[in-house]
Amino acid sequence: MTVELKKPTVVGYVDRLYAYPGDEVTLRVSVCEPTKRYRAELVRLVCGETGPKGPGVKEERVASAVDGEHDGIEQRTSFGSHGIVDNLPALGAVAISVLAYPTLPGRGRQALVALGTLRLVLDETGAPALLVGDRALSAGVALRDQWWHRIEARYDPATGAAAIAATPFAGLHADRAQSAEGRLEAGAAPSGPLFFAAAPGPDGGATEHFYGKLEAPRLVSGTVDAQWDFSRGIDTARIEDVSPSRLHGRLVNAPKRAVTGSRWDGSVHHWKLDPSHYAAIHFHADDLADAEWKPSLRFKLPERMKSGFYAIKLTGSSLPFHVGLIVSPRPGARCAKLAVLASTVTYLAYANYRRRMSPGPFELAMGTLPTVDLTDVFLAEHFEFGHSTYDVYRDGYGVGHSTFRRPLFNFRPTGRFWNFAMDLCIIDWLDQQGIDYDVISDHELQDRGADLLSSYRAVMSASHPEYYSSEMLQAVEGFLSRGGRFMYMGGNGFYWRVTFPPAWPGMIELRRAEDGTRAWEEMPGQYNHATGELGGLWRRNGWPPNMLFGVGFYAQGFDNSSYYRRTAASCDPRAAFLFAGIDDEIIGDFGASGDGAAGLEIDIYDRRLGSPPHGLVVASSENHSNAFMLVNEEILSNRQGQDGAQNPAIRADMVFFETPSGGAVFSTGSIAFVASLAHDNYRNNVSRLIRNVVDRFIDPQPFAIPKP
Amino acid sequence: MLRNAPPIDPARLDLAAEYRAKPFGRHSPDLQALLNVMRRAENCQDLILVSIAPNRWVLGHREPDGKPPTLFTDQVFDRLEDGEWEGFKRRWRALTGQELVLP
Ligand SMILES: [Fe+2]
Repeated sequence: MTVELKKPTVVGYVDRLYAYPGDEVTLRVSVCEPTKRYRAELVRLVCGETGPKGPGVKEERVASAVDGEHDGIEQRTSFGSHGIVDNLPALGAVAISVLAYPTLPGRGRQALVALGTLRLVLDETGAPALLVGDRALSAGVALRDQWWHRIEARYDPATGAAAIAATPFAGLHADRAQSAEGRLEAGAAPSGPLFFAAAPGPDGGATEHFYGKLEAPRLVSGTVDAQWDFSRGIDTARIEDVSPSRLHGRLVNAPKRAVTGSRWDGSVHHWKLDPSHYAAIHFHADDLADAEWKPSLRFKLPERMKSGFYAIKLTGSSLPFHVGLIVSPRPGARCAKLAVLASTVTYLAYANYRRRMSPGPFELAMGTLPTVDLTDVFLAEHFEFGHSTYDVYRDGYGVGHSTFRRPLFNFRPTGRFWNFAMDLCIIDWLDQQGIDYDVISDHELQDRGADLLSSYRAVMSASHPEYYSSEMLQAVEGFLSRGGRFMYMGGNGFYWRVTFPPAWPGMIELRRAEDGTRAWEEMPGQYNHATGELGGLWRRNGWPPNMLFGVGFYAQGFDNSSYYRRTAASCDPRAAFLFAGIDDEIIGDFGASGDGAAGLEIDIYDRRLGSPPHGLVVASSENHSNAFMLVNEEILSNRQGQDGAQNPAIRADMVFFETPSGGAVFSTGSIAFVASLAHDNYRNNVSRLIRNVVDRFIDPQPFAIPKP
Repeated sequence: MLRNAPPIDPARLDLAAEYRAKPFGRHSPDLQALLNVMRRAENCQDLILVSIAPNRWVLGHREPDGKPPTLFTDQVFDRLEDGEWEGFKRRWRALTGQELVLP
């Protein structure tokens, strides 16, 4: 039997994640097939791939200026981080020194400092070497990984005389110093631009990227004595020469700053308190902040279009690729009473998730085999499209950066039934119900703050709004404090802090510090973002999700989902509107995600973490599977009996409460919830419940907090 | 296999039948213990399920070093459950040396 394996042959990205009708959008496309032709069209996404138990993909073509056949090119991706000093004076004999902390020595040749054909590298064995052209002077012994070393080199182009030395920093088990002197080819004048952590590539790019930290590079030649101090401008993309020469440089592809340097001794934990302990930059050959593709098409979105989830669908000779985009009403334009808040920051945190395709005991955490599709396999064939924040770099360090200036493989209606694809269940249901709504996005919320929300009576979250900045949380709190109504339609939301580093437009940063259910853990001493904010869980940063939304993350499992049982509190007159027309005690014992509304990642009401005392837990799920495990931030010391089959506390809580200015909050506490809305042709108790909430939440009649 | 890892008892066809009937959802303690052995890094065979079209799946092998998975295209499954069952049988064979055949 032959099986046809259709993968995308055309991929692309746009210059923003949200736009307004009539906006100009720049599309960058790479065509990976010989014809170099592709077709583009604009589609409104109505429903995603749901598996056999849901309605499946629905999309509507929207006529636009992007429609048609186009000529394309195969684009080169700028990949790997490094530093560049563009304008160097003419140099003669040079002495170079730098502190280096390699994290993957021996994986190919890695340049520490490059000056034209003169390069100070770690060679293929991991030993420091000075290169002129193809000739090398090696210090002879590989550097130990994850140890600081002072590397010094000299070269005189007049004679070819060269020297290299590597001195490990002192320590109980330090290696011995090594050095070598010799002669390299004469006459090769060291020249700019100067590269740190890479060498100039043949095509104008960079090559031989270094994995590891560099600190305090120094270049002495004639009257030049340049000394770059990486502890300056930690929140910028600049590197500063503190010498009179002022040979400042710039960084490419967002290497990690605010990392511990050679002086760090555990006496300080915030880079702003003593930047001298943070004078290092961690570079990776697999860093990516901007793929730097050439623009392919600039086109205007239609002036009149429905707000929603859209995609520019690119098709070559095989499977289409969706370039997702949220279209929102222009500020000041007519708004619906209800807004759906697309969690574009969370989509971005998950973008280009590769690790589930890597070896390992995946099912011990998930309860099922990992599932991917051929678009994901195509991603795996293209390492240069970078990582998600769930991945680790090749040196094993966690990836805390994600940028939208590259192709994104999860802003699409197909693939894993998660985030973007799952959130379309909300869109499909709203369309079926004939409810008027706008779609807005995390990125617009970050840009516009509470002002964005103030035009709406009610805001509905996506199914998994996990990543939030302080500005976004403040905006939601501001909306609630002025009487807004919020529907938290998911689980594990408002969980990690992210920041938007001003130096890197399009990028988010996160540091998985201290605690939480984590794909990797931040290194000690560097829990603070490049913006200075302390990274980690919002529950450790004074803002547990329970405070604003009544519930917070409690358990997860990915094999199947369960149902909710109504509580006595669901009969409270305050909750009567929720269950109007619903006689069932069991809610959501069906759905396209694991046959139940309570599943994947689930949240509970918890007074300790700030759930409001007057909050009504109107239903709780029960009877979860063995795959559901208590989250580790709830575990001080490991113990048995904590899975869903053994611990009856493993559950999702559905919560309602009123806020002081006439507003209210309703939370489902489960990611899988929205996948139940379409069951039985949209006639089911989950659908009825959410309809009841929407109808009441867009009604201006104020809610009143109960008297104690 | 680690010497102290719990063995899989090839006589426990009842557990295989339980898994076959319900691969997702709550398992008996004995089946869960068996699955925990099969899913250990040294036994899991780094399997993955790859969708090649809507509701069409093949098994594959996860490769190290960021390389794409190798697909086993000789068998195509219409349901995820069938792909999981084939993975279970492969692990049973590797751990017991015996073909898993249910009556
Ligand atoms: Fe998540």
